[in-house]
Amino acid sequence: MSVIEVTHLRKRYGDLVAVDDVSFAVEPGEIFGILGPNGAGKTTTVECVAGLRVPDGGGVSVLGLDPRRDAAQLRQRVGVQLQESQLPDRLRVAEALELYASFYRNPADPAALMDRLGLGEKRNTAYKKLSGGQKQRLSIALALVGNPEIAILDELTTGLDPQARRDTWGLIEQVRDSGVTIVLVTHFMEEAERLCDRVAVIDRGLVVALDSPAGLVSRVAPEQRIRFRPSAPVDDRLLSDLPEVSAVQRTGSQVVVTGTGDLLHAVTSVLARHQIVAADLRLEQSTLDDAFVELTGHRPVD
Amino acid sequence: MHAFRQILRIETRLYLRDLPTLLTTVGLPTLILVVIGLVPSLRKPDPTFDGQTFVSYFAPSLLVVTLAMVGVNTLPSVLATYRERGVLRRLATTPAHPAALLAAQLVLALAGILASAVLLIVVGRLAFGVPFPRHPLGFALAFVLGTASLLALGLLVAAVARTTKAAQALAVPLFLVTMFFGGVYLPRFLLPDVVARIGDYTPPGVQALLDAWTGTSPQPLHLAIMAVIAVAAGASAAKLFRWE
Repeated sequence: MSVIEVTHLRKRYGDLVAVDDVSFAVEPGEIFGILGPNGAGKTTTVECVAGLRVPDGGGVSVLGLDPRRDAAQLRQRVGVQLQESQLPDRLRVAEALELYASFYRNPADPAALMDRLGLGEKRNTAYKKLSGGQKQRLSIALALVGNPEIAILDELTTGLDPQARRDTWGLIEQVRDSGVTIVLVTHFMEEAERLCDRVAVIDRGLVVALDSPAGLVSRVAPEQRIRFRPSAPVDDRLLSDLPEVSAVQRTGSQVVVTGTGDLLHAVTSVLARHQIVAADLRLEQSTLDDAFVELTGHRPVD
Repeated sequence: MHAFRQILRIETRLYLRDLPTLLTTVGLPTLILVVIGLVPSLRKPDPTFDGQTFVSYFAPSLLVVTLAMVGVNTLPSVLATYRERGVLRRLATTPAHPAALLAAQLVLALAGILASAVLLIVVGRLAFGVPFPRHPLGFALAFVLGTASLLALGLLVAAVARTTKAAQALAVPLFLVTMFFGGVYLPRFLLPDVVARIGDYTPPGVQALLDAWTGTSPQPLHLAIMAVIAVAAGASAAKLFRWE
């Protein structure tokens, strides 16, 4: 049973169609990514899921409830981290968490949450004095302090340095492991590739693809390339006869094999059978970046 | 109600933590009163002021200082900042309603105004013989309605301004006009009569405050105008207010 179901969602602001036709379902316990270029309609989509906006058409169901009609119930059960949401400068970390905890019927222990998010030493620090990464972790903590069943996290790591970004990813995996379903809005391909079980790619208000990151890559940009230096001469036909191989090229002493499917296994097995060792072997695969470009026709912004 | 109490508790702490603003809000009118009161000639009864001292005559205008600062300046900037920084929006995703934060800010604004007024009245009485308001009920009424009219105008500014900058752009002229007509920049007896009469009807209604302070009951028309402004501005603010 899906925890979030979005069917033919439509939302416009005046003449601007922000979300044209978006459908997807999120399964319990997964990290579901919503990926797309800026202005694609990602934020509007999750705002409709969070009950902050009224859709013009289509249906949204969260935990079997209606985000507008059952708003009071869902606010207890869904944690939301909004893009660019700040706190008052003088508010301290512990105060913020204790205040937000007090809104919920069954909150998490603020002190334990602070420790888990590495904010324990900053408990008496004013919001203004926190680093970007610490502010972001506090923001995540506020989304989790109500012990939600679903956490919606919008542009989680925008503006963070690479180390803080990696730390945040580790944190999100921990949260998922504790049983929370996570909806992650992002425009970082690396983030989606690392974290998400499945992603919906949204472009111009439409879902253009929905699959696991690896599935997306192999479906949309399946080409792989293997480079190596053979220890003994190799007949090209040995490789090009393999069904997985589409081309064999040579550059100097290097052999470059292009193909699809389980290319690496096919090539290394045939080499092994002929007792040829592949030195300096490198496998080049398309990334989600490439798939994204194929799908949307533009480079992901970074 | 529970969320409101928690928010009020935290907002009170934040309010007390911002010491410069707190001291200005509560203390500035009294400080001006003390400075003026130190000039001996201003403590002498003067026929220009119906036999009162200048200090007594000017005290209601000093009340206007706090009312204008809190009502049309601090309150709208704080609310616009909270909106601009997404504090209200974040609150909207929790079981607490952002209106609780707005209500808490109103309570704090009122508390600041009240503290400032009490300090002014008590110091004026003890140090410079400014009598306690002679018509207490009328004074309370004029004070409440004047405060309500300015807070409602402040809320209206917060409602229509998209950003903190826009709020300040609206608040500053409103603040200056309030102070001018309230006789803060130039004592009202120096203002042209027509300006002083306009000042009777601009929030917070300094003439009603002066009347009640010095002994006569405030004119019903003065009070009624303040009530109308409070209701009209308050209703428009409620209609126009955006949480994000």
